[in-house]
Amino acid sequence: MQTLIEARALGFKRAGRLIFTPTTLSVNAGQCVVVSGANGSGKTTFLRLLAGILKPSTGSIHRPLDDHAGVSFIGHQAAFKGDLSCLENLQFQRAFFANKSMSATLSPIEALAEIGLIGLMRRNARSLSAGQKKRLGLAGLLVTQAPLWLLDEPYASLDEPGAQQVDRLIDRHLSHGGAVVLSTHRRQPELSCPIERCPMTAAEGAA
Amino acid sequence: MSGRPVWALLSRDLRLAGRHAGQSLLPLVFLLAVLILIPLGVGPGPNLLAVMAPGMVWVAALLSGLLALEHLFRPDLEDGTLEQWWVGDHSVMALVTVRFFSHWLITGLPVILIAPLAAQMLYLPSHAIPTLMLSLLLGTALLTLFGGLVAALTLGTQRGGVLLAILIFPLIVPVLIFGAGATAAVADGLSAQAHLGLLTALLVLALTLVPLATTAALRLNIE
Repeated sequence: MQTLIEARALGFKRAGRLIFTPTTLSVNAGQCVVVSGANGSGKTTFLRLLAGILKPSTGSIHRPLDDHAGVSFIGHQAAFKGDLSCLENLQFQRAFFANKSMSATLSPIEALAEIGLIGLMRRNARSLSAGQKKRLGLAGLLVTQAPLWLLDEPYASLDEPGAQQVDRLIDRHLSHGGAVVLSTHRRQPELSCPIERCPMTAAEGAA
Repeated sequence: MSGRPVWALLSRDLRLAGRHAGQSLLPLVFLLAVLILIPLGVGPGPNLLAVMAPGMVWVAALLSGLLALEHLFRPDLEDGTLEQWWVGDHSVMALVTVRFFSHWLITGLPVILIAPLAAQMLYLPSHAIPTLMLSLLLGTALLTLFGGLVAALTLGTQRGGVLLAILIFPLIVPVLIFGAGATAAVADGLSAQAHLGLLTALLVLALTLVPLATTAALRLNIE
């Protein structure tokens, strides 16, 4: 089984203090890992560490395949420019995250159709609702098609059909040999394959 | 990393600048407003204005450049696009350099292009105009670089505007002295080579070190 990312005793210090108990995680191709924990237990920080946005204070991250390429991260913010249309935002993402394994990517228009935003492709991203922004973020995953998806609260502000669509996208990504690490504290993903769990706890004295 | 992300970022920055034309043109409007007000304030006598012209154009150009610095990285921090620079295998230093270049194209280049008109309005001798433009070319690039570093350092503070202005002050004083000095020297019939040489040396130093330092400062502030 191909390992996409491996974190060993990963920890992050803010103002000299660990904010969560150092966590070890190994993600293989075709695997979905759910990072769970209470508010403030460091789920977002952990995902940002895996994405390479933050530098780990303790422990290390290994990406056996390729050092950095091939990761998509969706955080709390949609990471779109409000004054560009949905289509322009996706065109930018596709060019900005161009990677070598681009064989299976969708064009921006195909991705918008897939995600159900095709009617809004000329609208500015600023005018989208919170749920629509989330969907646009998912369309961004489809145009870049990185092997590893890191999704921070992908179900937040989505309605039930939207959440089911996230599950379908994850299922398909896993069946194509991708891997997903997501954080959630309410809805659990309903997938056709077993889900790994990675419980997180706030470090002592941090909460 | 290939050149594609760099081009994507550059074309998106320029497209966004076109979308907020009002905000992009603010420094230029400010510059023109100052240059129109000076003769009204000090009197329209050609002798007085010609003496003041190099310094006035330069001060106006630098102050107008300060107006735009808050927009260099902050919108990207707020909408979450800045942290995406670290996702994937991008060379963040290359992206920072491209951002500096697009910012200079939007805020620096128009000032250089409008400088001949500004010089005429203040009776600057016309043989000093090429030197004025050359010194502004170096000076606006330096302002973008120094200002970008300070903007990145103050990104973590909520209202960084005042702090930014205070921190950038010592950095742009030498730029102003040598830039205005070069123009004044040529206007007086002297050579500007020493001034321009020092400005160029500063620019080379800044081009080498500032992207490195800015990348580190941004990284600190996205935590």
